Amino acid sequence: MAETIDIAALGGVKEGEKKRPRSKDKRLEIACQTVEKRITNYDEVALGYSPAEAVAESMRCLECPKPRCVVACPVHIDIPTFIGLIARGKFSEAAEDIRQYNALPSVCGRVCPQENLCEAACIINDTNAHNPIAIGRLERFSSDWQLLHQDREAAHVHKKPATGFKVAVIGSGPAGLSCAADLAKMGHGVDMFEALHKPGGVLMYGIPEFRLPKAIVQKEIAYVRSLGVNLECNVVVGRTMPVQEVMDAYDAVYVASGAGFPNMMNIPGENLNGIFSANEFLTRVNLMKAWSDNPAGTPVRKPRKAVVVGAGFTAFDVVRIALRLGAEEASIVYRRSREEMPGRGEEIEHSLEEGAKFILLTNPVKYLGDENGFVRGVVVQKMELGEPDSSGRRRPVPVKDSEYEIECDLVVVAIGQTPNVLIPSQLPGMATRWGSVIKVNRETYMTTVPKVFAGGDAITGAATVILATRAGREAARAMDAYLRDPGRTWNSPA
Amino acid sequence: MYKITRKKVLAPGVVEMGLHAPRIAKAHKPGQFLMVMNREDSERVPLTIADSDPGKGEVTIVFLEVGRSTIELGEEFNEGDELFAVVGPLGTPTHVEKFGTVVVMGGGLGVAPIYPICKGLKEAGNTVVTVIGYRKKEIMFWEEKLRSASSELIVTTDDGSYGEKGFVTDALRKLHDGGRAIDRVIAIGPPVMMRAVSDLTKPWGIPTWVSLNTIMVDGTGMCGGCRVEIGKESKFVCVDGPDFDAHIVNWDEMFARMKVYTLEEREAILANHECKLHLDNIRR
Ligand SMILES: Cc1cc2nc3c(=O)[nH]c(=O)nc-3n(C[C@H](O)[C@H](O)[C@H](O)COP(=O)(O)OP(=O)(O)OC[C@H]3O[C@@H](n4cnc5c(N)ncnc54)[C@H](O)[C@@H]3O)c2cc1C
Ligand SMILES: Cc1cc2nc3c(=O)[nH]c(=O)nc-3n(C[C@H](O)[C@H](O)[C@H](O)COP(=O)(O)OP(=O)(O)OC[C@H]3O[C@@H](n4cnc5c(N)ncnc54)[C@H](O)[C@@H]3O)c2cc1C
Ligand code: SF4
Ligand code: SF4
Ligand code: FES
Repeated sequence: MAETIDIAALGGVKEGEKKRPRSKDKRLEIACQTVEKRITNYDEVALGYSPAEAVAESMRCLECPKPRCVVACPVHIDIPTFIGLIARGKFSEAAEDIRQYNALPSVCGRVCPQENLCEAACIINDTNAHNPIAIGRLERFSSDWQLLHQDREAAHVHKKPATGFKVAVIGSGPAGLSCAADLAKMGHGVDMFEALHKPGGVLMYGIPEFRLPKAIVQKEIAYVRSLGVNLECNVVVGRTMPVQEVMDAYDAVYVASGAGFPNMMNIPGENLNGIFSANEFLTRVNLMKAWSDNPAGTPVRKPRKAVVVGAGFTAFDVVRIALRLGAEEASIVYRRSREEMPGRGEEIEHSLEEGAKFILLTNPVKYLGDENGFVRGVVVQKMELGEPDSSGRRRPVPVKDSEYEIECDLVVVAIGQTPNVLIPSQLPGMATRWGSVIKVNRETYMTTVPKVFAGGDAITGAATVILATRAGREAARAMDAYLRDPGRTWNSPA
Repeated sequence: MYKITRKKVLAPGVVEMGLHAPRIAKAHKPGQFLMVMNREDSERVPLTIADSDPGKGEVTIVFLEVGRSTIELGEEFNEGDELFAVVGPLGTPTHVEKFGTVVVMGGGLGVAPIYPICKGLKEAGNTVVTVIGYRKKEIMFWEEKLRSASSELIVTTDDGSYGEKGFVTDALRKLHDGGRAIDRVIAIGPPVMMRAVSDLTKPWGIPTWVSLNTIMVDGTGMCGGCRVEIGKESKFVCVDGPDFDAHIVNWDEMFARMKVYTLEEREAILANHECKLHLDNIRR
């Protein structure tokens, strides 16, 4: 599909003209489904910029010579350049430019916590407070445009001739995908193994459709496959094939198995029916499509009063799903205050708009069940903030005699995930932190086991998509160097 | 895609299938299970690997049609058809070593999953006394197969239409009371049967292992939906099990947790099929 873009009509910069940035304008809001409507469906909430809106927003960027936004972006996307290309009507070129730094722009443009990263650093904040350039939305716009309008296989001209090396990538989340894509472009043979029946990791099973359409994720995966990556689902490495067998069959191995083990609080009553880990609730709804009323599929419990424990990305996704499943009341119970919430700003706002209640400075102490073993309430305790802890946030401490009961028929525990121990447990020489977080050399990403590299949530614990994407890319570079010169010292302690 | 290599109806509502899954067949150890998805939008259903043939790249499953997914699999899928997904082998294999005399008990559908366990234990040099129980003669299956994998085979039927009349627990009590030295008991079947075996052997002090069949979603340790309290600790059945020491299982919780979706599932069955449940055919 050829793209016809009349940049003059869109109000952008014409060929040969100079840009006159309109940095005093307000940041352009993104069109969203109305609250009344979106609460009844699972379609994407933020609808994205139109070409005219994207050009208008791009016209606000100063295209700084020493851009602070680029420093703040974990993968250092050349933000002024790509925004400049949008302002000049070169939408697909903008996306291609981003792809040099970030393998998943349509995804990151949607889910990066931009308000703490690139947009927090944008210089416009200094003169026009709270109105940074909407970098994420522009990234999303250009990349969506490219996915829709350009035959991306054309990009294969960048692919190098085959090297004859064979690499295994374990896990198809953002870390695995970006590593596999780069290794394939470098000419290596890549086999990627995924335990679940659908590739994409958290992008498929965790983040809901209304925030990240699965069709977008599958397009990105189709692109990675088109580079020659051989992706096989339903292979649990460590079970379907022993880890050693994979080690023997490949010249190098990349472990990108994520952080999929759900933490629970281990308080009384936690095994009552109706109490779920966030992973179970999200997997049922997202991966197994329990939202779709498919009668043959996986069921999910429809709540009347839902309580969600925690306040990260996951908790907000859960509370918004509970509302879409028809909950009369859905509350976030969080032991700190609003300021400390680690969730993404836009999601916190959207949850409030959709009717989520916040019960702050409060922590569950036990669950109450009915005669059939189903949860009917949670006993909580009020908290106050004390001295700062290791994370720099003030530590919540219980308030004496402050316990009270909240009625509920669904509880979702969303207090974090840790990596699965399966792979390290089969490699005796693999050093870990806390038994499951794989240790790597900070520069080469090699683990303490020769020729085995690792990245993403598997080496950091639950983090972000962009950090996982960066880890995959950096590891690919290191693995390429290793394959060409395995004699060097690769896994000296980090 | 995973081809169904053969299909045989063993008894009303009990179906045996061969699946082409070379990797699983090669890696399989006794006590492990796999997850099946009939179609792209189906549930993931855990089923024990009842036999494997690495040479043919084939695994065997035996299942009871109890609800929407198992009814669909049994009624709508035939030899030559393909399943959307088969993943495994999952779970920690049954602990096999030379114990001495092991009584392996299979109740109803549990007869199928004990086959590889009996075989493994016998190969490890144990005297394997196998006790299998059915409700009645008409629904028996795999008798000869089990006999070949055991040192001794006892068959019970509830109504006495074949073998000894009574429950598998009656046969176990008889063995014990008859002075038979038993070093270990392994029981697989409906939860009520496993609990009854556990209650029986606890005062005798005989180590007893059961294979729990909680509700599962992924089967790989990422959801915790299968969790159950074992000796005051929450365990994930799909990775820490499915085999556990029967004497420290929190059976009340186990029974309660199996009821989570009963309402939703009944609705789905009613919406999908005329109610042709075969639950009565097999002792629960
Ligand atoms: C609900 C939720 C919402 C989130 N929202 C955001 C957000 O808005 N913005 C953001 O930046 N981050 C968000 N995150 C965090 C982000 O998704 C993760 O940091 C990121 O996905 C990590 O990528 P990864 O590739 O390391 O691992 P994952 O995405 O976890 O992928 C790992 C993959 O490996 C597979 N695997 C594991 N073990 C094996 C094995 N033995 N054999 C084969 N395959 C295996 C898994 O099945 C999985 O598919 C969210 C996380 C969750 C849970
Ligand atoms: C590790 C493991 C191994 C198993 N091996 C076998 C096997 O070899 N053969 C076999 O026939 N079944 C086996 N099961 C049980 C089997 O998974 C369930 O019968 C199946 O999931 C039911 O799915 P359904 O959609 O047909 O029924 P549903 O519609 O989901 O349920 C129908 C009825 O069955 C009950 N039920 C649901 N899940 C289970 C369960 N896990 N166990 C018992 N009852 C359940 C429901 O409460 C409901 O009353 C195993 C389960 C586990 C966890
Ligand atoms: S990848 Fe994330 S941090 Fe970097 S520019 Fe895009 S939205 Fe900003
Ligand atoms: S800091 Fe802001 S204005 Fe400057 S280049 Fe980056 S986005 Fe544009
Ligand atoms: S089935 Fe999900 S953790 Fe066991």
